[in-house]
Amino acid sequence: MKKHAITLTVNGEERDLIVPSNRTLLDALRDDLGYTDTKYGCGTGECGACTILVDGMTTINGCLTLAATMNGKSITTAAGLARNGHLHPVQEAFIENDAIQCGFCTPGMVLKTISLLDENPRPTEAEIRHGLEGNICRCTGYTKIVEAVQDASRRITGSNVSAIGE
Amino acid sequence: MTDHKMTDLTKGYPAKDYKVIGKPVPLIDSRAKVTGQALYTDDIRLHNPLIIKILRAPCPSANILSVDISAALALSGVKGVLTGADFKNNFGVLSISKDEPAIARDMVRYMGEPVAAVAAENAEIAAHALRLIKVDYEITEGVFNSKEALKPTDHPLHPELNKKNNLHKEILQEFGDLDQGFSDADVVIKKRFRFASINHGFTEPHATQVQIDNKGNITVYSATQVPHYLHMALAEVLEIPEHNIRVIKPHLGGGFGGKSDPFPHEMIAAKFALDLGRNVKIKFDREEVFFSHHGRHQTDLTMKLGYSRKKGITAIDLDTLIDGGAYGSFGIVTTYYNGVLLQGPYKLPNFRFHVQRLYTNKPMCGAMRGHGGVNPRFASEVLLDMACAELDIDPAESRLNMIHKENTLTTNEFRVTSVGLHNGLTEAIKRTKWKEKHGKLPFGTGIGVACGFFISGSALPIHWNKLPASTVRMTIDYDGGVTVYSGAADIGQGSDTMLAQMAAEVLGQPLENIKIISADTRTTPVDLGSYSSRVTFMAGNASRNAAIRMRRILIEAACDLLEMIPPEYDRPDAPDNFFRQGGRKPDFEQGFLGANPDYADGFIIEDGLIRSEKHNASVTYLDAVTKALEFGGILQTSGTYRAPKLGGKFKGAGAGLSPSYSFTAFIVEVTVDPETGFIKVDKATCAHDCGFPLNPLAVRGQIEGCIHMGLGQALMEEMIYDSGATQNPSFLDYKIPSAFEQPEVDIVPAYSDDSEGPFGAKEAGEGILAPVIPAIANAVYDAIGIRLTQLPMRPDRVLSALAKEREKNQEAGT
Repeated sequence: MKKHAITLTVNGEERDLIVPSNRTLLDALRDDLGYTDTKYGCGTGECGACTILVDGMTTINGCLTLAATMNGKSITTAAGLARNGHLHPVQEAFIENDAIQCGFCTPGMVLKTISLLDENPRPTEAEIRHGLEGNICRCTGYTKIVEAVQDASRRITGSNVSAIGE
Repeated sequence: MTDHKMTDLTKGYPAKDYKVIGKPVPLIDSRAKVTGQALYTDDIRLHNPLIIKILRAPCPSANILSVDISAALALSGVKGVLTGADFKNNFGVLSISKDEPAIARDMVRYMGEPVAAVAAENAEIAAHALRLIKVDYEITEGVFNSKEALKPTDHPLHPELNKKNNLHKEILQEFGDLDQGFSDADVVIKKRFRFASINHGFTEPHATQVQIDNKGNITVYSATQVPHYLHMALAEVLEIPEHNIRVIKPHLGGGFGGKSDPFPHEMIAAKFALDLGRNVKIKFDREEVFFSHHGRHQTDLTMKLGYSRKKGITAIDLDTLIDGGAYGSFGIVTTYYNGVLLQGPYKLPNFRFHVQRLYTNKPMCGAMRGHGGVNPRFASEVLLDMACAELDIDPAESRLNMIHKENTLTTNEFRVTSVGLHNGLTEAIKRTKWKEKHGKLPFGTGIGVACGFFISGSALPIHWNKLPASTVRMTIDYDGGVTVYSGAADIGQGSDTMLAQMAAEVLGQPLENIKIISADTRTTPVDLGSYSSRVTFMAGNASRNAAIRMRRILIEAACDLLEMIPPEYDRPDAPDNFFRQGGRKPDFEQGFLGANPDYADGFIIEDGLIRSEKHNASVTYLDAVTKALEFGGILQTSGTYRAPKLGGKFKGAGAGLSPSYSFTAFIVEVTVDPETGFIKVDKATCAHDCGFPLNPLAVRGQIEGCIHMGLGQALMEEMIYDSGATQNPSFLDYKIPSAFEQPEVDIVPAYSDDSEGPFGAKEAGEGILAPVIPAIANAVYDAIGIRLTQLPMRPDRVLSALAKEREKNQEAGT
């Protein structure tokens, strides 16, 4: 199979690698580069465990993206969110609202939330729920996650989010 | 982190001066999980592992005439190929049904069953090698449903059982006088209910890695809920001593019962490591998870229920077929639980159940959250609702009047101790404005109620022995840091946090001072695993007891330093010895048999000091630790839990015995669209009696998670098979509820304080699920006047039930 030399910037670090055409970004991140914080949950883009940020705030499913198409892109995973030892406000909100149980969906859920709040810093509850539809959590029933997103919104904007159903 | 729902949960309890217990504590491994540092099985990086892939049967039923692995073995990069012939011993989680081979020998029993496995230098070579294996199958006639499986046959799935059909287990139990029960009833209703099989849907697929050292010892890292049972099964299948095997459960991405069996791939991986002397690794894709399944049994049951205005439920007669699939798994337990878990939450004086588990050519079914109790609970709660409707009685009120009183024996001699359902349901009725709503809402909107009951751990081990059900080792380091060693498997439910809370509370330490080492068979003492909602009650008590012993050592050291006489304890021996007492029949007037040991000793440990309350003198905690270390050089205790002797003397009396039971009430509000048949759950109000809630945040997570899973089974989840072939092995086709479908949840307190649970706690992980589903069905009836008796309650079923109802009304009208 044809191989491609690509350069990815992952969590601020430039990484060169050679990938066959069929290698997914998820496999490249996990197996070639060691970013195991990006998870495989389904391989069909349905569960969102492999969610990553590309070139800022766009989320994609690592399992549906071919690594070879990502040459020159900048990628952020959950491991790259902390700054100077301080967690990202979304991470803090997830911890303090106990939005984490088994934790397998958490990295993807956190990255999806960051993207969601970037697009819409004060989402309604309905907007949050719609925004997280592509990320499956089997443990929490989502309620604490929704509350964590609302809390993160407050932390980021320094004001109250819209009330439920607005 | 401000939430009214949380503070509510401990309302109603006598004021307790706890520092850590009862407080909302985020799980102690949250930071590792949110940063991605937490390592799940597939995240571990062993040196140069071989990659294993499994060849799976393409058909559900066949004889294997030959397996030719020569071409695969010859492929460059392939290091080994295993077939059924390489494994002599079968395995199974229950010692009474070890019927599963690691790789099929001679016979394929389900589509997706392993028929060969390859270990190669990389995944691509392994995948290529699978295509080079030639299996000669002779397709045989399969059995695909329970009714067929009951018919006589000369070719059963398990010829080794010497039966002429595919019956795996049959149980018939009868208590009281059924005829009398039904003649006492004002109304008797009989109905058939059908339930699809459903999958756990945990987010982390199965994975195993095995590390081997130069002496042939293996360390098995595996995504398992039951490291101890896996340890035993590996030793038996591989025929090597247990001390050559170490099982470690890394972080685990959800289980819900789906990782509570030893699995073929775990045997295969360990065998490859031993044979080849190399580290190995296997991970499933999602399709393989669905092929392996082990989910909730497809069920076809008929239930007859008698109800009297004065007496409540007078009798239940249940006849159930559960489709077990190809192998035993936990199925014998499931078979019992389908009957015995109906013994609560209401008094049930006359009761018969007949449950048959069948082998069929489908992926096996086993334990899943609410194990065995979920489907019959649906039937009984719907029939109860029907009886109330027929007699024009308020179904919530009627339930209030039937709930077990505290400290009673059920008809089948379960010892029921703490019960918080009456106050919980009363509060739920009030909070939901039930009386203003039930039967009074406009067409298309409705409200329904249901209750549930579950074990807080099985009192009996599944492999009979007299060892404690759980043991915890505890140490204190020179710097005062506490380490808790427990075999309990944290599967995301937060058991590590719970164990730490126990130690922190008893020893007066901040939670950060407690380290947990868990689920490692080399370093942690045995705990039987995370199933049957046993961990909080059993491992929790063991941790508490180890901490009490440790506390006594520290207090003695402090007294030594203070030149005081140490306190005298009521029970100077091991605090947990008390649990061995007790006869068969509990004597409630004499108090509880196994009441928890108190650790009040006249001292307070806090802020780094140990202070005598009486003498107002103190020493530092660290000085006491140092003093205690003078003797022996290490500070170490153990604590155990064993259930009291319980239960009757009849055959099968052990099934469903638990040291305590949880109780749940649900009130659910729905909107049903009669045009599309779509059911939307708007709000769920839950009162769950888990005893004293040790960690309201964690309890809340369990309640909301159970609603999610119950909602899935109620409305959309189903494994679809066509002649044994799995039709929907992906999250695209097996739909589980997303954030958008989750309803608003209100949690109301259900006060009870269990005298044997650790700090008064009982289970909170499973019992909540079962009543969610009938509460939805009863609310649908309230909304549109139809009774749905088949799960999932898909829109097409709603529409066809509505159409039938209209036809009936038209006929009645003409």
